[in-house]
Amino acid sequence: MHEMSLTEGIIRVLEEQAASQGFAKVKTVWVEIGDLSTVDADSLAFCFEAIRNSSPVAAEARMEIVRLPGQAWCMDCAKPVKISQRYDSCPLCGGESLQMTGGDEMRIKELEVE
Amino acid sequence: MCTVCGCGEGHVHSHDHDHDHDHDHDHHHDHDHPHGYDRDPHDHGHDHHHEHAEGGDLHYGKGPAGAHVPGLSQARMVKIEQDILGYNNRYADQNRAAFAEASILALNLVSSPGSGKTTLLCRTATDLKDRLPVAVIEGDQQTSFDADRIRSTGVPAIQVNTGKGCHLDAHMVGHALESLALPEQSVLFIENVGNLVCPAGFDLGEAAKVVILSVTEGEDKPLKYPDMFAAARLMILNKVDLLPHLSFDVERCVAFARKVNPNIELIKLSATSGEGLEDWYGWINARRQEQIKTRVAALEAQLAAARKGLEG
Repeated sequence: MHEMSLTEGIIRVLEEQAASQGFAKVKTVWVEIGDLSTVDADSLAFCFEAIRNSSPVAAEARMEIVRLPGQAWCMDCAKPVKISQRYDSCPLCGGESLQMTGGDEMRIKELEVE
Repeated sequence: MCTVCGCGEGHVHSHDHDHDHDHDHDHHHDHDHPHGYDRDPHDHGHDHHHEHAEGGDLHYGKGPAGAHVPGLSQARMVKIEQDILGYNNRYADQNRAAFAEASILALNLVSSPGSGKTTLLCRTATDLKDRLPVAVIEGDQQTSFDADRIRSTGVPAIQVNTGKGCHLDAHMVGHALESLALPEQSVLFIENVGNLVCPAGFDLGEAAKVVILSVTEGEDKPLKYPDMFAAARLMILNKVDLLPHLSFDVERCVAFARKVNPNIELIKLSATSGEGLEDWYGWINARRQEQIKTRVAALEAQLAAARKGLEG
């Protein structure tokens, strides 16, 4: 259940931001989760629902998850390609010389607050 | 206490319901009562503003306009761009800085339960303790069995019980460091909770993650748990003395690991027979040299900068 500790981390960030930026509650939190990150987006959403009430700042917040695709650079094709697993072969040439360039994001992007 | 904003009981809720404005957001009151106001029986099916007295520390006057205008939504957007693991990473950076300052090589050992991590560590501690200062942080959900095993080799060890947690985080390691009081140029082994999933995402401030896979496990684990193999610098294939009795395909396993992480280094060893252990110790020594060299370079730069003050 490491999504739970990640969710606690998100709520902590919301509380820190509330204190430093002077708002009382978060209405929406946009979170970017890469398809190749170490977090399951559905599980994160579930955990957030489960514990947001523990924080006055987050209690009414809605979580919007923005999924980001896995991306890699194929050294043989010299092109960026999309991948869905870390061990995928290049979808263009079938080669193995891929370097992951994106898709491992776990980022709190933006908040709607009041 | 108000469950909406955390302010004290004494505050004033003046329920000014502004029905005459549009809210550009959903505001679902799908619970019985959102305000922790048990004595206030009515239901809110609509949006409203709360205004709190001074003591409640909640001032709508801090909105962008500097004043709360009834009917004008105070909703605003805040761009924060923060890593979800930012909290952990801040502690990890602190640990890394402490390691750098004392030239301590920290290795984060990760694996499934039962891969032989603790046996390898006991053997390593026994063999290295006369060559260099060694210490161990042991992470497990419960019990101090592993730390006890390490301590019986004469090497200092601290047990961190994560309770319900499935991984060590940088904060726990920071606390363990305080009580270990490591001498300079030590090698610190951090034995993570036996789990090939979560520890991949948590930076502890280590120089490298070392993933241990034993040949009694499936050779396809690098593909089943790609995050961990992608995060590791070194893969140790343990229990190779058992290979003659198993159908484990080493080449296939290594190919899988390289598919996920083309740069992963490999050492095959057996903590029981001792085969390959010198490769492991050589690898540790090379990393320790790197750590010390980096420190020497930083100190030399500092010294050069200080010397400048003597010029002219």
